[in-house]
Amino acid sequence: MNQKDNDSDPRIAALIDQNLKRVYSDLVQEELPDRFKDLLAILKAQDAEQAGKR
Amino acid sequence: MSDRDPREAMLDHLPALRAFALSLTRNGATADDMVQDTVVKAWTNIEKFQPGTNMRAWLFTILRNTYYSSRRKLNREVSDPEGTMTNSLSVKPDHDGHLNLSDFKKAFETLPDEQREALILVGASGHTYEEAADICGVAIGTIKSRANRGRARLAELMSLDGNSPLEMTDNATMAVVAGGGGVLR
Repeated sequence: MNQKDNDSDPRIAALIDQNLKRVYSDLVQEELPDRFKDLLAILKAQDAEQAGKR
Repeated sequence: MSDRDPREAMLDHLPALRAFALSLTRNGATADDMVQDTVVKAWTNIEKFQPGTNMRAWLFTILRNTYYSSRRKLNREVSDPEGTMTNSLSVKPDHDGHLNLSDFKKAFETLPDEQREALILVGASGHTYEEAADICGVAIGTIKSRANRGRARLAELMSLDGNSPLEMTDNATMAVVAGGGGVLR
C-alpha cells in the first residue's frame, strides 16, 4: 500500500470523514418505512396483552 | 427523562440504526430486515439493557451481531478484490471540499465490511474509538487500524494523495477539525 497505517495525511482523513458524514446523515434523514411503525404497534399490543393476563 | 421507558427511547435511535444497517449491508431490503430483527431482539431483551449506558451502541451491537451471524450462515460474503475500482475514479474535491457523492459511495461500498463499519462508527456517526471497539467486540487498536486502512483505501480509490489540490479544501477541513469531528484522535 501507499501509506503507513497511521500516518496518512490528516487533511485527507478529514476530507474523507467529512464525506462519510454526508453519506451517513443522508441515510439517517431518510424516512422510516411504515413497516417499523407497524412492527412497534404489534410489539406494544403484545405487551399490553401479556400485561392483561397477569 | 431518566425513568423514561427504554423501549420508547429505542425509537429515537431507529433512523441511526437503519443508516448503520444500510451502510453495513449495502442493500435496502436486507438492511430493513436487519433493523426489524434488531428491534424485536432489543424489545424482548430490554431488561438486558443497562440504564444509563449508551442505547444506540447497544442497538448497533445487536444489529452487527445479527448481520455477521447471518452472513456466516449464508456464506455469501462478496469479496472485494483489490483493484477492481482502481483508476476508475479520479474525482477532485470541489471548492467546498465535497467529493462527488455517488463516486464516494461507490468507492465506500467496495471496502470490506470491517472497514466500512469502523468508518461509519468513528468517521460518520461520531462514536469514540472506545465505543466502536465495544460495539465490534475488538480492541481499540483494531478499530483504529481498520478505520485507517479504510481511509487509505478510499483515498487511493478517489485518487486523493499529497498531490491533490487539497489547499482548496482547507476551510472545510478546518471546519471539520474545529467541529470536533474526532478525526485526529
